[in-house]
Amino acid sequence: MIEIRPASLADGRAIVALDAEITGTDKADYWTDIIERFAETRPGLQRYFLVGTTPDDDLTGFIVGEIRAWEFGSPPCGWVVALSVSRGHRERGIGSLLLEALCEKFRGAGVETLRTMVLRNDKVNLSFFRGEGLAAGPYIELEKRLD
Amino acid sequence: MKLQKASRFALYAVLHLAGAPAKQHSTAEIAEAYGISIHHLAKVMRTLVRSGLIESVRGVGGGYRFAGNLRRTTLWDVIHEFESLESVIDTPASLVGQSAIVISGLDCVTSEIDGLIRATLDSITLKTLLRYGVESIRRA
Repeated sequence: MIEIRPASLADGRAIVALDAEITGTDKADYWTDIIERFAETRPGLQRYFLVGTTPDDDLTGFIVGEIRAWEFGSPPCGWVVALSVSRGHRERGIGSLLLEALCEKFRGAGVETLRTMVLRNDKVNLSFFRGEGLAAGPYIELEKRLD
Repeated sequence: MKLQKASRFALYAVLHLAGAPAKQHSTAEIAEAYGISIHHLAKVMRTLVRSGLIESVRGVGGGYRFAGNLRRTTLWDVIHEFESLESVIDTPASLVGQSAIVISGLDCVTSEIDGLIRATLDSITLKTLLRYGVESIRRA
């Protein structure tokens, strides 16, 4: 049984470790900053950091999201900023549970659209989001090298 | 994007089998279901067996069945057995001056489009595509 609950600062070490397990890079400073800004939500901030834990409170995965509005004319929209599930807990629907819990937060805030950005060759995450019903939207990501 | 006939036939066959993984289907049954050439499909089936996406079952009631992972196998996994989907711009042997600029510019654009097409096909698993079909029919 997986419990989905808001993250707290006490989850920081486990979140950093899970991310390092998946990405191979230890980004302690980055995650500490994200947790401080997203986990301690204040009214009106519309930022969410949720974790999935076992009955023993072991971290199985996490999701980070926020509501952004009026970027190049886009009405308020729920963004998935990060989603990660521990390799040892995959294929158990934890990613779906986390995403649905975040969608529930977005719906509660009156948002009707979910959006995210995934690396083109990140097959695992791309096919996960596709499987959850996301498809190409009306925006195209553009970038440029600045060197 | 225009898929080659072999790619389309392969998608029909793999998705047909993946939609009912416990069942076996013959080449003739699949060819009839999609109105396609049984001879061409038979060649495609041999390639799919070699790739491990399907397996042949011998004996009475034999045929083919899906052998991949429904939640992991993508449309690209099937298509790239038959084609690369890379755009080709016919160009003269030597390009200089304005023609080199034009062709280089077109190459940039087509490679960007090719990358997007490939990423899209590689993000849609067979399970997701079958769900798209069910939902589309339900909405209609």
